[in-house]
Amino acid sequence: MITRRRLLKSGAAGGLVLSSGGLAAPAIAQGTTVRIGYVSPQSGPLAGFAEADAFTIEMFNRVAAEQGLNVEVLVRDSQSNPNRAADVAQELIIDDEIHLMLVASTPETTNPVSTVCESEGIPTISTKAPWQPWFIGQQGNPGAPDSWRPFDYTFHYFWGLEDVIAVFTNMWDQLDTNKQVGGLFPNDADGNAWGDPNVGVAPGFAEAGYTTVDPGRYQNLTDDFSAQINAFREANCEIVTGVVIPPDFTTFRNQALQQGFSPKAITVAKAILFPQSVETLGEAGHNLSSEVWWSANHPFTSSLTGQGCGDLAAAFTEATGRPWTQPIGFVHSLFEMAADVVKRADDPTDPDLVAETIAATDLETIVGRIAWNGEGVPPFAAQNVCKTPLVGGQWRRQDDGSFELAVVDNTTAPDIPTQGVMEALA
Amino acid sequence: MIWIDTIVQGVLLGGLYALFAAGLSLVFGIMRLVNLAHGDLIVMAAYLILVVVSVLGLNPFVAAVIAAPIMFVFGWILQKGVLNRTLGEDILPPLLVTFGLSVVIQNALLEGFSADSQRISMGPLETASVSAGPVTVGLLPLLTFASAILVIVGLNWIFYRTSIGRAYRATSDDPVTASLMGIRPDRVFASAMGLALIVVTIAALYLGTRSNFDPYVGPARLIYAFEAVIIGGLGSLWGTLAGGVIIGVAQTVGASINPEWQILAGHVAFLVVLLIRPRGLFPRAVD
Repeated sequence: MITRRRLLKSGAAGGLVLSSGGLAAPAIAQGTTVRIGYVSPQSGPLAGFAEADAFTIEMFNRVAAEQGLNVEVLVRDSQSNPNRAADVAQELIIDDEIHLMLVASTPETTNPVSTVCESEGIPTISTKAPWQPWFIGQQGNPGAPDSWRPFDYTFHYFWGLEDVIAVFTNMWDQLDTNKQVGGLFPNDADGNAWGDPNVGVAPGFAEAGYTTVDPGRYQNLTDDFSAQINAFREANCEIVTGVVIPPDFTTFRNQALQQGFSPKAITVAKAILFPQSVETLGEAGHNLSSEVWWSANHPFTSSLTGQGCGDLAAAFTEATGRPWTQPIGFVHSLFEMAADVVKRADDPTDPDLVAETIAATDLETIVGRIAWNGEGVPPFAAQNVCKTPLVGGQWRRQDDGSFELAVVDNTTAPDIPTQGVMEALA
Repeated sequence: MIWIDTIVQGVLLGGLYALFAAGLSLVFGIMRLVNLAHGDLIVMAAYLILVVVSVLGLNPFVAAVIAAPIMFVFGWILQKGVLNRTLGEDILPPLLVTFGLSVVIQNALLEGFSADSQRISMGPLETASVSAGPVTVGLLPLLTFASAILVIVGLNWIFYRTSIGRAYRATSDDPVTASLMGIRPDRVFASAMGLALIVVTIAALYLGTRSNFDPYVGPARLIYAFEAVIIGGLGSLWGTLAGGVIIGVAQTVGASINPEWQILAGHVAFLVVLLIRPRGLFPRAVD
């Protein structure tokens, strides 16, 4: 791919540098403020992912000042809208002339921003979206693996669909079930990826001995799930899984209880990510299970503040009065990455040097080790994707009606401690 | 046996849609005002009930009784202060103003209540159910359907048995002649909007207990509510209930074949009715 910067570089190599003289001399790196752009969904339906933004950036500015880093963070709101995300990314690059881009929270935010940055040649660190939708979703032709190309400037760390499959089946293996799984897959980007009969979760479940019953894609914000409930009941499903938005999950859970369908395990992504959503279910939320990417009990420490996961969660609760959520650790880690890259880069204002610096990262962060060494990632994505550990957890209802997330399966990441074993739903 | 269950669930779902649509039908029928903020008003009422429940610790049904007059006053002021100014020959201004209102309400709720999912808790009633032969139906959907019927009986009584109802009908038919007879259309419209927002509060009670809500869920159900109003015929409240049930049953039957057909089946039923009866099933007024 020919980018503006690469053209400039080859032009320089071609001797143009002689005629342009001082113009092409490297900018004075030391003393220049490194401008870091950060795009996240601070308003709109995805706002829950960004609730730790202000808290984290305040911490980052404080620590950066202490450590003498000359940085400035420019925050932009994507309003949960992919088009808006691309627009503000353009603004940050062209008007604010940022040197490094950070982006987080769902493919709706990470993909448009990463695409803009890749074409503009701005080094980018991205997280909080499964890597398949991030990497494959940005390809010119997602349907043709032969045409997939690695990226030069954008780097992503999170987990992938294969990790979810492993975590879910490990959790179910702890229970005594008939291995019939009912799937709730909506007609949206996530639902279509998960529900795809060839590259979705079903083949992975089948390898672990689980049969998936998939009645078909439904529309988000549906008011009736009796068709799915009847289909699951007919197939005698003892497990329900899926990637469901919170309101739909509540509708499903209530209707299932009303109509007497009670599986032994309900393991869903998305719907029960936040404690606030689980609390709305009341008693029906007890022992629902989900994938866990970060928790207050993870054994990692921050490279910026030296805080453990528990300390960070407690500090967040103290500062905001709200319970900790999984995104907090990842937003923190994103700024750990930024500080690390700025410190290590020879010239943090040179995009190519910064991209090289990111690629060479090997950092123990609050979400685990981040290094783009290709571990556990297929060769085509090895250059740009790094995987962080994923385990399985269950929400346990406390006496006061609040919920706590207990890690119940760590087969996939044995260094993360468990707080209990998988329990069947009542 | 599953077929009977599917139909019953569809009828009950239709009750929910009819409840969403009744307020819309009222406003549409009396003032020809297409209220695009209807869904957001339902969500706003749900937040109001939630606040009453959490501050006063009341049962949600009692909380709705407290919220209803507040919503009535809000509707009165909204109509008198804003929407009355937009009514006229041109149908575009009210459309644009209610569209803007929808955006304003969503963002005001986001500012006030954050993006968190909320829910009005009913305790054990949420999952209670009754069995009748081969079908098991939830108590809450049953209550929703019963409330829809009660709301429509109540609105019909107001429409055809009270003097304010006569004023509604007269103003709807011919505002100029009605005002010659001493009726002030702006007040009639204001009280009609207030009444519509009482119905909205009842719809909000069931929306908020059936599922989670956040500031953005309002517009999603608006399309079904519109379809129920159109299928039923302009100005006919029983028609709105019938419209809701037709869409509900079409959706559950479609979904039982394949969940991908759930929404499509509802829309197809709507188009089929329009093809056969372009003015809806029970049109009241000729205009």
